Amino acid sequence: MAYQKTYEEINEKIKRGEAVVVTAEEVIDIVAEQGLEKAAREIDVVTTGTFGPMCSSGAFLNFGHSRPRIKMSKVWLNGVEAYAGIAAVDAYLGAAQLPENDPENKVYPGRFSYGGGHVIHDLLEGKEIRLEAIGYGTDCYPNKKVDTVIKLEDLNEAILFNPRNAYQNYNCAVNLSDRTIYTYMGIVKPNLGNASYSTSGQLSPLLNDPYYKTIGVGTRIFLGGGIGYVAWNGTQHHPNVLRGENGVPKVGAGTLAVIGDLKQMDPNWLVGLSYIGYGATMAVGIGIPIPILDEEILSYAAVKDEDIYCPIVDYSEGYPYGKSIDLGFANFKDLKSGKITINGKEVISTPQSSIYRARRIADTLKEWIKVGRFELTKPVASLPSADANIEFKSIPERNPNGNR
Amino acid sequence: MKNRVVCYFSAAQSEQPIIYQLIKDYDLVVNILKADINPQKEGYLVVELEGKREKYKSGVEYLKSLGIHVEPLSETVVWSEEICIQCGACPSFCPTQALDLDRETMMVSFDNSKCVICGMCLDCCPTRAIKLYFEVREAV
Ligand code: SF4
Ligand code: SF4
Repeated sequence: MAYQKTYEEINEKIKRGEAVVVTAEEVIDIVAEQGLEKAAREIDVVTTGTFGPMCSSGAFLNFGHSRPRIKMSKVWLNGVEAYAGIAAVDAYLGAAQLPENDPENKVYPGRFSYGGGHVIHDLLEGKEIRLEAIGYGTDCYPNKKVDTVIKLEDLNEAILFNPRNAYQNYNCAVNLSDRTIYTYMGIVKPNLGNASYSTSGQLSPLLNDPYYKTIGVGTRIFLGGGIGYVAWNGTQHHPNVLRGENGVPKVGAGTLAVIGDLKQMDPNWLVGLSYIGYGATMAVGIGIPIPILDEEILSYAAVKDEDIYCPIVDYSEGYPYGKSIDLGFANFKDLKSGKITINGKEVISTPQSSIYRARRIADTLKEWIKVGRFELTKPVASLPSADANIEFKSIPERNPNGNR
Repeated sequence: MKNRVVCYFSAAQSEQPIIYQLIKDYDLVVNILKADINPQKEGYLVVELEGKREKYKSGVEYLKSLGIHVEPLSETVVWSEEICIQCGACPSFCPTQALDLDRETMMVSFDNSKCVICGMCLDCCPTRAIKLYFEVREAV
């Protein structure tokens, strides 16, 4: 590994407006033409992007105090409950939370037209949101009820904090049964009628840095149209899984917890979603810059769709009931072409994650870095990687009464 | 037979118990899809009528005999580009490529002239950017 660069050197070039920045798609041809060594000298940063449904998302909100003061024990925003089991006027609004009295799947498949993700989007659009809160009343917080209308600008803080985003790889969902199923991967038609996949493949952040050599705690990122940070590894972070020869996981692996000031984000990049028969969620836009510190890091960032595989999983029985049914793997080149082959049958592939928008994120981040608006940060701690010994646990089945 | 029709009312006609009559006297299954009825003004009713061919015909004749204007329903699918997030899911469900994904730009577009209003795409859109509208002209 002859040639090396440091974060400081790259940031100096960014400040001077001289950094060479390319997207995770553009880098592929550059490496193919110039070779790794030359390209690693040339390129300073590779930008990635992803835009898709990420249920484990939400925002901490501080409403300020009412007069008299209230300790909110329950909070609703446009009828959607936010978790209030923290300090007096703080609450956490989850993207997948449904309004009280939502019909859910009582009339199957349910519509799920509105939820926490839609409230976050409406806040960003500057819309007025009804805030209702109740408290039980204390000497210090005598008020028992608040019913008012707020806007994002009225809040003291609005902090987007998503405990699990940017999944490094994901299942490709199919349906082996003879009835249509409604899942978080969208509608999956019977008898292998379609194959639904997510992630942006060669543009996706963690697929371009498969061992988390540059992405770690404290990494500055594009988040929801503004600037955010990697806060920690995400929940279900499971790096020690099956990987290809190129190091890229062949199944769901790493995840990121991300954080940022919601007030500087943009409604275009945080969008409430309604998955029929499944629930409400939010599409989140994330872009992560990868500093090209050496050839090895560049070789990972130059990964191509045809070298990224994801497992084909049956969502009628296999996934929900934990049955293992081997349907093999699909690569992202085929998935993005619109058709894959499963057991000799040609199957239409259905994306859930927007490649068009992932490209726009990678392009936007590239521009921000080029004009010196966005500098890179060296992680303050690394994420557990493939050598970690992390077990993917399930809920233990125990008798709560203690008599086993 | 089964058909979707739009019935246009005048203010006075909206007093008539027509749904009751259609069910009771003509043995039709009546499914109300959309309605805008108001005793003070004209209104319309979008209904699906299902029953034996003869009964259906005489049911419609009955409506016309009351002076209600009955027309076949025309529907239209509208794709809202501003709401669409370009996830790319809907073209998988469209049998006619009215909704189409350009594999180069990875952008979805909608060509109304190819749409056969089969409704396959409506449920798959997570942003509800695709909607089915009944075309109802201004009340007569
Ligand atoms: S209604 Fe049918 S034909 Fe029209 S766009 Fe939707 S799926 Fe395509
Ligand atoms: S499913 Fe909806 S959001 Fe996705 S591309 Fe089609 S219209 Fe756009």
